[in-house]
Amino acid sequence: MTLREVKDILDAEVLVGHDQLGKEVKTAFGADLMSDVLAFAKAGSLLLTGLTNPQVIRTSDVLDIAAIIMVRGKRPSPETIRLAEELHIPILVTQYILFETAGKLYTKGIVGCVERVDDERAFS
Amino acid sequence: MWKGLTTNVLSHDAAIYENSFPVEGGTFDNAGHVSSQIKALLTRMKLSKKVVRRAALVTYEAEINICSYANRGRIHLRVTPEHVTVEAIDEGQGIADIELAMQAGYSTATERIREMGFGAGMGLCNIKNFSDFFRISSEIGKGTHLKMVIRIDKDFDGI
Repeated sequence: MTLREVKDILDAEVLVGHDQLGKEVKTAFGADLMSDVLAFAKAGSLLLTGLTNPQVIRTSDVLDIAAIIMVRGKRPSPETIRLAEELHIPILVTQYILFETAGKLYTKGIVGCVERVDDERAFS
Repeated sequence: MWKGLTTNVLSHDAAIYENSFPVEGGTFDNAGHVSSQIKALLTRMKLSKKVVRRAALVTYEAEINICSYANRGRIHLRVTPEHVTVEAIDEGQGIADIELAMQAGYSTATERIREMGFGAGMGLCNIKNFSDFFRISSEIGKGTHLKMVIRIDKDFDGI
């Protein structure tokens, strides 16, 4: 699915990355804890989170996250937006809560980048 | 705490790139800046995405630790045809019980650190899991020294 479709499904506002809406995504990871994102998120996945500080962008850069979906209508600071622009990481904001955001994407075919942490813990 | 490699294997490797990056301690203002820089550098060296990502990840966890717990520190990067070696050396409080600090879920993080999304007690575990070789040493009141090695091996696609 393209980021543009993600945007439509989540009725989201694009804050950064208008030029990257054609990007293909297949998987996602959702957490408010960057430590867990670092442990489990895979390259090319969407990151669904309620955190909006610049560390979300740094974490996404390190992990090659395809795009960040900020849930619960959370809006990032100008500093966070600036960093995302600099590192070319799209930010979409949706008013849906994390559970609804994940559910809407899942029913349209997006799956977790890891299903269970005990059987897919390939550190790659 | 090497995960099975003798150090002389590494010293036979001639460095293609070597540099030290200062890291500010006690603040999140620039946290992750060095990791982004190192990631961009390794990408320009045309290392495989997998190697770059793992190197960036362990660097980032180590950088966050310096920002969280140390007064100041530096990250030393050394790239050879076979390995990416990242060392994080800080001046700070040090770690009293390394074995305990290595346990998943153990953390001494403050509220401020947790607000940034860290302090879940996963940092050192992640570093160990994503490195091919990992060593940690620490002295109370002086600081902590981490050494992480990522093997390039078959992933190596030319510099």
